[in-house]
Amino acid sequence: MTDQTSNTASTAESDRSYWKANVRLIRISLVIWALVSFGFGILLRPMLSGIPVGGTDLGFWFAQQGSILVFLALIFFYAWRMNKIDKDYGVEE
Amino acid sequence: MDQFTLNLLFVGASFALYIGIAIWARAGSTSEFYAAGRGVHPVTNGMATAADWMSAASFISMAGLIAFTGYDNSSFLMGWTGGYVLLALLLAPYLRKFGKFTVSEFIGDRFYSPTARLVAVICLIVASTTYVIGQMTGVGVAFGRFLEISNTSGLLIGACVVFAYAVFGGMKGVTYTQVAQYCVLIMAYTIPAIFISLQLTGNPIPALGLFGEHQASGEPLLVKLDQIVRELGFNEYTAHHADTLNMTLFTLSLMIGTAGLPHVIMRFFTVPKVSDARWSAGWTLVFIALLYLTAPAVGAMARLNITELMWPNGTDGDAVSVQQIADDPAYDWMATWQKTGLLGWEDKNGDGMIQYYNDGNAEMQVKAEANGWQGNELTNFNRDILVLANPEIANLPGWVIGLVAAGGLAAALSTAAGLLLAISSAVSHDLIKGQLRPDISEKGELMSARIAMAGAILVATYLGLNPPGFAAQTVALAFGLAAASIFPALMMGIFSKKVNNSGAVAGMLAGLIVTLLYIFLHKGWFFIPDTNTFTDADPLLGTIKSTSFGAIGAAINFAVAYIVTAMTKPIPDDIKELVESVRVPRGAGAAQDGH
Repeated sequence: MTDQTSNTASTAESDRSYWKANVRLIRISLVIWALVSFGFGILLRPMLSGIPVGGTDLGFWFAQQGSILVFLALIFFYAWRMNKIDKDYGVEE
Repeated sequence: MDQFTLNLLFVGASFALYIGIAIWARAGSTSEFYAAGRGVHPVTNGMATAADWMSAASFISMAGLIAFTGYDNSSFLMGWTGGYVLLALLLAPYLRKFGKFTVSEFIGDRFYSPTARLVAVICLIVASTTYVIGQMTGVGVAFGRFLEISNTSGLLIGACVVFAYAVFGGMKGVTYTQVAQYCVLIMAYTIPAIFISLQLTGNPIPALGLFGEHQASGEPLLVKLDQIVRELGFNEYTAHHADTLNMTLFTLSLMIGTAGLPHVIMRFFTVPKVSDARWSAGWTLVFIALLYLTAPAVGAMARLNITELMWPNGTDGDAVSVQQIADDPAYDWMATWQKTGLLGWEDKNGDGMIQYYNDGNAEMQVKAEANGWQGNELTNFNRDILVLANPEIANLPGWVIGLVAAGGLAAALSTAAGLLLAISSAVSHDLIKGQLRPDISEKGELMSARIAMAGAILVATYLGLNPPGFAAQTVALAFGLAAASIFPALMMGIFSKKVNNSGAVAGMLAGLIVTLLYIFLHKGWFFIPDTNTFTDADPLLGTIKSTSFGAIGAAINFAVAYIVTAMTKPIPDDIKELVESVRVPRGAGAAQDGH
């Protein structure tokens, strides 16, 4: 753990760029989150209608299963990536 | 052994297990009562949160709604899982870092305002209570059916059980009890689904069977299903018929509501570290996904089974005869469920057969005229009986039926207990200790938490006996309220260093009140029948139903908060520091109860 009494200014600076890295990661993850559910599952489904999946189309699969699998992958990816960023910035517990 | 004894055995054994665990894990200090001493492993916590989250709505109701509507009800699947992404990325780690016990404590401290805390407490109590009323109603119906007693007696027995382990066990009792409940409910959900998937597609994994081949016809299952429901005049199962705007907003409301419900958020206070809060959300979704990936398969396969039972000679042949329903053991489930009043049929044209078709479809009306049919004769099929009746419909062994009974009750009871805990901590910790009597002793606080819980059970039981509407409508209100009031305040509290006390209070109140108004205008004032001005079939704003309004309420909350903030005094420096410290995991271990 960093020594909080010294170098307060540089700690604050490092915390700011840590937060920026976090927000960037969140933004990317939420774009994917919206794309697979609202996008592929609902609004873009007509565009995916040409791709057959087990008797129906890819949009139906995303609406009923695919989006859930992507949500899972996203959360674990975020947790893994953030825990790594925590260490890079020395802010882990 | 007859079915009644089997049901009793399974339900009784599972309850003995839960109560045993609750007694074994009796809580001592207030810290343990609320958050189990923060000693819960992410996987354990994930399993308990999953049991907490998956209520009667997920277990009993959802697959039935999907079965009879198809693709258009995918909103439930995406909405009730996608909310966990918001939770994991936007809320859970920061609230764990903040290190207090309750959601409203964070709102009160971050917005440096007892008023903000009070408003948050009111939002939490209103949302949780409406949710728990729906659960108690579900408990009553399930108990009534499986113990073959009245709805009222079922509800009273259920209330006593919830009281026993929630009041005496606290969160620790609830955490380990809910792990046991998760195991019971996931087995109860997947085992019959595996049997049915094997029968229909030969694939032991229902989620894959859904996209597999229907063995009897050699066609893909969904093609077969689309074809037979189309032949009976119903909407094709896989096609998109619903209004796209409403479907999108409904999905979004369910997602935001998931991330705004206090009993779920509270779970993330109970893990040891900030990094564990991130993993914990992922594990929760793993355990939820096991059910949610199975649910669409359960729905589609049940719809196929039911339709084929009604048309045993194909949709071009003769419908099932009244005689066959009475004599053939494959139709015994119809007589059983007819007794509940939730399933009904009537041979309207007196031809000795029960024709099941969509009599609202113009093409079918022509066909009906030619064949002398006088309307759909499967007159009542309540969506909520589908999952519970499913093993009987598929002719599965008696022990599977008993297991499903135990699973349905586990789902309803575990959610009710988690919500009651959220209500009791809101009252004792936030309202009494935080506002009315800050000098209350730890013992007094624990006592008031238990009294609040008992009081909440009484209110919920009473309202469960005389529910304000269908359980699904009550649950929709809870989601809309959580989405419109709590989630935006939490998110702004973490991601904005500008939004101030007045902004947060105005935002929460605006979101809550507008959403309540919209719901009351469509569902009746305080749910009193016939006091509504609009209906969901013809809503006030375009195609937006009252169940989908939570997303708009949340947008109003954000907008009002930013506008009011711009017009009032900026936030003090120490609050900016608080926000900065919440954003960084370092030092979370030291954070504890600040009072």
